[in-house]
Amino acid sequence: MPGVPLQHVLLVGLVLFALGLYTVLTRRNAIGILMGIELLLNAANVNYVAFARYSGAPTDGQIFAIFVVMLAAAEAAVGLAIVLGIYRNFESIDVDATHALRH
Amino acid sequence: MEQLLLPAIDWLAVLPVGLTSILGLVLLALGLFVDDDETLGWITLIGLAVTAVATACLAGQKSITFNGTFALDAYALFFDLLFLVAGIVVVLMSMTYLEGTGIPSGDYYGLLAFAIAGMIVMASATDLIVVFLGLEIMSISVYVLAGAWRTQLRSNEAAMKYFLLGAFATGFLLYGIALVYGATGAFRLDRIATAVGDTPNRTMLIAGVAMLIIAFGFKVAAVPFHMWTPDVYEGAPTTVTALMAVAVKAAGFAAFVRVFLHGFGGLHADWSMLLWVIAALTMTVGNVLALAQRNVKRMLAYSSIAHAGYILVALVASGAAGGTAALFYLLVYSFMTLGAFGVVAALGSVGEPNETLDDYAGIGFRRPLLGVTMTIFMLSLTGIPPLAGFAGKFYVFTAAIREGYYVLAVIGVLNSAISSAYYVRVLIAMYLTPGAEEHGRVARQPYLLTSIVVSAVMTVVVGVFPALWMQLARFGFLSL
Amino acid sequence: MHGAHATTEAVILHSQALWLIPFLPLVGFLIAACAVNAPRLVKVTSPLAVLAAFAVALSSVATLLGAPEGARVSQTAYTWMAAGSFHADVAFRLDALSAVMALFVTGVGLLIHVYSIGYMGHDESCARFFAYLNLFMFAMLLLVLGDNLLVLFVGWEGVGLCSYLLIGFWYENDDNAAAGKKAFIVNRIGDMAFVLGLFLLAWSLAPAAGGALDLDFAHIEAHAASLNPGTATVIALLLLVGATGKSAQIPLYVWLPDAMAGPTPVSALIHAATMVTAGIYMIARLNVVFALSPAAMQVVAVLGAMTALFAATIALVQTDIKKVLAYSTVSQLGFMVLALGVGAFATAVFHVMTHAFFKALLFLGAGSVIHGMSGEQDVRKMGGLRTKMPVTFWTFLIGTLAIAGAPGLAGFFSKDEILYHTWAAGHPWLWLVATITATLTAFYMFRLVFLTFFGELKADHDVAHHVHESPPVMTIPLVILAVLSIVGGWVGLPEHWLWGNRFGHFLAPVTGHPHLAEGGMLGEGALMLIATTLAIAGAGLAYVFYLRLPGLPMVLSWRLKGAYDLLLNKYWIDEFYDAVIVAPYVRLSTCLWKVADQELIDGFVNGLAGAVGANGDLWRHAQSGNVQHYALAFLGGAVAVLAYYVIG
Repeated sequence: MPGVPLQHVLLVGLVLFALGLYTVLTRRNAIGILMGIELLLNAANVNYVAFARYSGAPTDGQIFAIFVVMLAAAEAAVGLAIVLGIYRNFESIDVDATHALRH
Repeated sequence: MEQLLLPAIDWLAVLPVGLTSILGLVLLALGLFVDDDETLGWITLIGLAVTAVATACLAGQKSITFNGTFALDAYALFFDLLFLVAGIVVVLMSMTYLEGTGIPSGDYYGLLAFAIAGMIVMASATDLIVVFLGLEIMSISVYVLAGAWRTQLRSNEAAMKYFLLGAFATGFLLYGIALVYGATGAFRLDRIATAVGDTPNRTMLIAGVAMLIIAFGFKVAAVPFHMWTPDVYEGAPTTVTALMAVAVKAAGFAAFVRVFLHGFGGLHADWSMLLWVIAALTMTVGNVLALAQRNVKRMLAYSSIAHAGYILVALVASGAAGGTAALFYLLVYSFMTLGAFGVVAALGSVGEPNETLDDYAGIGFRRPLLGVTMTIFMLSLTGIPPLAGFAGKFYVFTAAIREGYYVLAVIGVLNSAISSAYYVRVLIAMYLTPGAEEHGRVARQPYLLTSIVVSAVMTVVVGVFPALWMQLARFGFLSL
Repeated sequence: MHGAHATTEAVILHSQALWLIPFLPLVGFLIAACAVNAPRLVKVTSPLAVLAAFAVALSSVATLLGAPEGARVSQTAYTWMAAGSFHADVAFRLDALSAVMALFVTGVGLLIHVYSIGYMGHDESCARFFAYLNLFMFAMLLLVLGDNLLVLFVGWEGVGLCSYLLIGFWYENDDNAAAGKKAFIVNRIGDMAFVLGLFLLAWSLAPAAGGALDLDFAHIEAHAASLNPGTATVIALLLLVGATGKSAQIPLYVWLPDAMAGPTPVSALIHAATMVTAGIYMIARLNVVFALSPAAMQVVAVLGAMTALFAATIALVQTDIKKVLAYSTVSQLGFMVLALGVGAFATAVFHVMTHAFFKALLFLGAGSVIHGMSGEQDVRKMGGLRTKMPVTFWTFLIGTLAIAGAPGLAGFFSKDEILYHTWAAGHPWLWLVATITATLTAFYMFRLVFLTFFGELKADHDVAHHVHESPPVMTIPLVILAVLSIVGGWVGLPEHWLWGNRFGHFLAPVTGHPHLAEGGMLGEGALMLIATTLAIAGAGLAYVFYLRLPGLPMVLSWRLKGAYDLLLNKYWIDEFYDAVIVAPYVRLSTCLWKVADQELIDGFVNGLAGAVGANGDLWRHAQSGNVQHYALAFLGGAVAVLAYYVIG
């Protein structure tokens, strides 16, 4: 067993999650927001791997982590396609430029 | 080195999801060669109908397969059929609606089938990994569907908003699952259920549960995680909106109910008060903001938020009565909402959405069928007997009162009363406001009108004869 | 105040045909709805459907009459809803009370359907009209035949819906649409109270019934005694508010006069003869609950008497023929509510029935006049129609005599019974109010007759030239209703006269016998004499005012300008409601919306925005359309959820 306690790894996950939130909330650019979301997913992933590593039955958590990586790829693909569509129509990928729907 | 053992698989259990997935693949492939939208629509219809029949034939079967992660039980079957029937109605609507929009039918119907496959996985999932997989299969398909009308600005915008916020919520879901996993060491609901009682990491567990409430709250559009709903519902093609308001929401609840009443049943005391507050907020905010809308499609979006609140009331009540009421309410809600969006779709045309109350003026006389059916849907949504909405609300509030949630039931009844104000505005517009003269001929909409009439008939039938449907909901819930 | 109900188990006759009574009109509705482009077909099928319902009702009532006293015919169609201890059937009952209601609803309904063939025959949307009318009959019959409060409630909502649709029938006119909306909103207020009362009733009865939740009338009757007086008062008052909405009593009567915007047959059927009596029916049906609370009964009685007087004074000066009749209806409904309040439930139902006859007659007569006058409704422009429309005149006169209480006519017996019960129950002041109201009734009704049918025709030449008697399809219903207005009261003579009060005895198993002081005959005779004398005086005054000295009303209205304006403007109640309720409500809801949607959430979002250091300008509106604002609100919610657990 390595000398790093579980809490430290979880803290890394938490910090990643917070950074992800900050990115999502402050980036005006849709791609930037997407990157923030990737951070959120990976924060969770760090937790899965950590829990798997420190608990008795490792496989479950690691498998889940792989699923999440796969999902992140799928989401990125769809997300980029949607953003591309937005760019074509609005000629901008700033999220505050797209205001047809409100109130 | 552990030996990798493949678990025994009950292939019958995955029949519904297997058939819909195959249907999706076939449609994607056919979309490349077949130009005729109507043919593709019919293939989807037949595929979904065959799946529905096959699913219905599984009634009475009960098994858990894939190493305890995927269940075939009456609960799953109840929802599978609900999704499939909702899917069939949406396909009927789309066969008229897609005309002239330039939305590629093969992709559209294929994604629709995949979305339904994802929903079916969610309803059957007895493991958080599988819940997550189902949720994402469904969500990614629906993100694309929301933006399917690529030439429409608002469709693009809806897709982007839905996608960004949906992915954001997924982050919370994953983080929550991780915490639950950390606290209980399991993803499987039955193991979680036994572990929640004596976990040493109670704080972590509760934090995980809270994150899951947030994530599911987003999917079912509960306040305060609802803000995407009006924009996305308004912007998406109306048929996709109908799918989102009905099937996606029902799938969210299918997983929500199974995870919370089954996996976290032992923690009811910990999450029920929180859900109580969310339910009260969801009903109230949904109804109050609906009052301010003049766009009917957007008003229906807020209305769907409010109705999620009523279902949450049933979830708070929990127990056999609450669970059954939740399932029954979803059934009732599905038909009246599908129908209402169908009418919205029928009144619009390419380039002219005709969605504001002013556009509805005098419709009751110009389009009598739409007027009558919309009246049925609005009255049912209000909860006027003997229509289905009344029976649904009745069971929900009875369950709440039986479990002692009097205040919540009163809030629900008051909200129902508030809601009558905006539903009736539609009727007033249709019947008591003179409208402009009809310009040009009304397009023939055979499929769309069929879907509306089917929804209306079901709304009346379920309301007048609720006992049978209630029994189905009961079987479903008790099989958990 | 209230006699014991029959303690022996009531005889229940099972029937398979009862459901046909409401459902035949539903079939008529469906036909009319499908054949909306074939008015000639609908003009036949719709009245036929009601005729069939009337026939089934007749035969069912015949069965009931053949059975021992207190029997009822019942049919349970199927179990509607059941959840644990809650149970509700779709079931029908025909006992004395619902028999009376069903008979006159189908009977008067049939006559009005026939009349409408003539009155509405030329309207381009006459098929739609008949469809609504049939749907109304279905809902109304469901209301009176339902065996539990839930079925009654279905009918209650149904008649309301049809009423709004029919008020706004000529929706091209904004005023009509506004009247429909007003009726709807006012009735919703009443309905909310009604639903609350209904819930409270079910829950309060449960402990005595072993936890069973049931709104069956037999169930309510069996367990009502277990209610404590406080609960009974609250329930009764909530139900009363429901009744004031549907039956147009203070303070919710304001929708009924405006409802006259609908076609006249609708005013006759829905807003005079049937629907507006639903509140009276409901209270009579739940008399066991009301009887438990003397305080609530007191409120009912006072409210009824006040409404009667109040509406009658307004009717004195109105110039629209239908408005006069509308206020007269409100006033007469007040009489019925007064009867309920003094415990004379059977008498109230008796007046419901006789009123249905003569008020339907008066409205149809007014319709005939309007028809003959090419749509004119202002009585000041009428006059002298006596010779031009003889059948209308004579039948209208009979209706007037009946409502004024001319001895021997229908209204005479029912109204005098109410006055007598009021006096005998120990309410001399209410009796005085009611007697004054009866005098005013005679005055304003004869005013109407004199202005319309006597004197000179004041219409312009074109209209005057066209004045004609209505076709037989319209006058025959008038004649039948006139006959009923003459003889309809004889089923309920005062006790000890000839065959006595047959009607009261028939209803007694449902409504109980009110206790009356002994030697009532003399007292009743004396009261009758007073009331009749005053009624004649009222009619005589109208004669002086409007025939002998036609200048006098003008002089008086100048001299008493304040009072006259007050009455002419209906005590400014509409304006009062607008200023005190509607306007603040509109302001409140706008405000709520602004606060909830903009300021509150905005402020919240602004605060958070500051916290994450983003540009505050971005967060101006909550539902701003900006996806990041939504994410932020989402995060705010998430923080709140987590904080809940941290703090809790």
